[in-house]
Amino acid sequence: MITVGMDLGTQRVKVVTLKDNVVLSREQAFSGFDPTKAVEQALEEALKKVNLKTSDVAYFVATGSAMDMAPHANSTVSMMGADAKAGFYLFPKARTIIDVGAEEARAIKCDGRGIMVDFIVNERCAAGAGTFIEAMARALEVKLDEIGPLSLKAERASPINASCVIFGESDVVSLIHRQESKPEIARAVFDAMADRISSMIHRLGVNPEVILVGGVARDVGFIASLNRKLGVDVLIPEYPEFAGALGAALTAASRAKEGQK
Amino acid sequence: MKEPSTIKNDIEFWRWREYQRVMPDMKWTNKDVITAGVDVGSVGSKAAIMINGEAYSWGITRTGSSSPESANKALDWALKGTGLKVSDLKYIVGTGYGRVNVPMANKAITEIACHAKGANYMWGPTVRTVLDVGGQDIKAIRSDETGRVVSFLMNDKCAAGTGRGMEVFADLLKIPIEEIGQISLHVDEEPPPVSCTCVAFAKTEAMGLLRKGWSKEKVLAAYTRAMAVRMGNLINRVGLEKELVVTGGQSKNIGIVSRIEVILGVKCLPMPNWRESGLDPMVAGAFGAALFGKALYEKAQKT
Repeated sequence: MITVGMDLGTQRVKVVTLKDNVVLSREQAFSGFDPTKAVEQALEEALKKVNLKTSDVAYFVATGSAMDMAPHANSTVSMMGADAKAGFYLFPKARTIIDVGAEEARAIKCDGRGIMVDFIVNERCAAGAGTFIEAMARALEVKLDEIGPLSLKAERASPINASCVIFGESDVVSLIHRQESKPEIARAVFDAMADRISSMIHRLGVNPEVILVGGVARDVGFIASLNRKLGVDVLIPEYPEFAGALGAALTAASRAKEGQK
Repeated sequence: MKEPSTIKNDIEFWRWREYQRVMPDMKWTNKDVITAGVDVGSVGSKAAIMINGEAYSWGITRTGSSSPESANKALDWALKGTGLKVSDLKYIVGTGYGRVNVPMANKAITEIACHAKGANYMWGPTVRTVLDVGGQDIKAIRSDETGRVVSFLMNDKCAAGTGRGMEVFADLLKIPIEEIGQISLHVDEEPPPVSCTCVAFAKTEAMGLLRKGWSKEKVLAAYTRAMAVRMGNLINRVGLEKELVVTGGQSKNIGIVSRIEVILGVKCLPMPNWRESGLDPMVAGAFGAALFGKALYEKAQKT
């Protein structure tokens, strides 16, 4: 049985195709002005890779902030629900799942069966999400994939106003004018973000194993800062940005099975 | 995967007018108590010169990366065309975010005290609540009839509603900053305020609203409303007592000021003889600083 999970994020849409609980293909596209169209594109690519057509798919589940705009969706699942499902599938011992995306950070607490028991979300402030890193990389005039490795060269962090993206940008610009070390500024960015997210997680309790997913889980600078703040090494799957879509595809599989009964 | 194309703005929509003004028909002599206030804010630097406690000249400029340079520039502007030199100034008080970095200042005083004092000078002794919306923070200040601070609350660490936040928003919607207030009022019906005020997220949210068919004016109205609600909450928390006035750069944003009036159900006090004096509420902190300078100078003369 083929099922598809679609994750319509604020920045990118992600699609995962699944056959009997094994991932067949993954594809992503920028959400842009028209997330529906972006999903159609990513879906077409993902299916084409494995010689499948839309009609071969038994069940579609959508998740993500723009899940209402998903084409083909038979039903939807909350982002927290999708994260819990994917976390448990990838790491059966997962008890805490952290998802840091472009505009939102979430932490989910699971029981031993992968069932979500509690969660906490930061959605109203960009200082705890990927947008923050992007803005700071721009201010530092380094590429997004360079700011992480750059931060690892620093022994300490510069003092910056890292509580707000807008103010952080101005601060970084003046620090650069004063010729402060770029690695130290970069480290300050990640430390501030990790601070915000770890204080969020501490409200749920840090229960190992701790899993980190979402696009920001690709950033070595953030991982290093988060590990330092949490005092544990977080586990990261091979395709962290596809966790939401994977969770949706797994949800699709179980809902399709229920429907068959 | 293709990177989405980015359009670079040729016009700097965030840029506001820097200017200098000298009061006509005012003369000074060496016997006068000539003092200055220099308010180095996070976004704007303001300097004011007062003769015997009366506004004489002022200059407003954008704060650069160096506080001392910004302070010098603002004061140079205020001195321009007055025939005064820095050495003619009997006392200089520095205030604002960069107040410890005002090189020529005899003393530094917090901007909270200076705004309360300046508002008392500009609007008179009936002022009890001052909302100062600066580049990087929003302050609600309660004062007594002499302009002394009774209590205050401050909302920092978030750009929503601040001058800097408004600049970013003006750039985003491609509307010149000095027009955003007026344009935000060009709606037939006031839309509900947006739920998320984070300026960094405004990009996505504004795009979503425009996609839904909202006009720029309506998006701007929804944002301005949300910012005004935040400011209204801050004023209510510190305790609103009439008369209310708004200082700082956002005092010029009619979209903000008129919505605060609706939310709080009070009118802001109009400035007496505004057209004749031309006093700028953005300079309130610098006026307050110059008045503190006069008091400090006179105290030093007595002892």
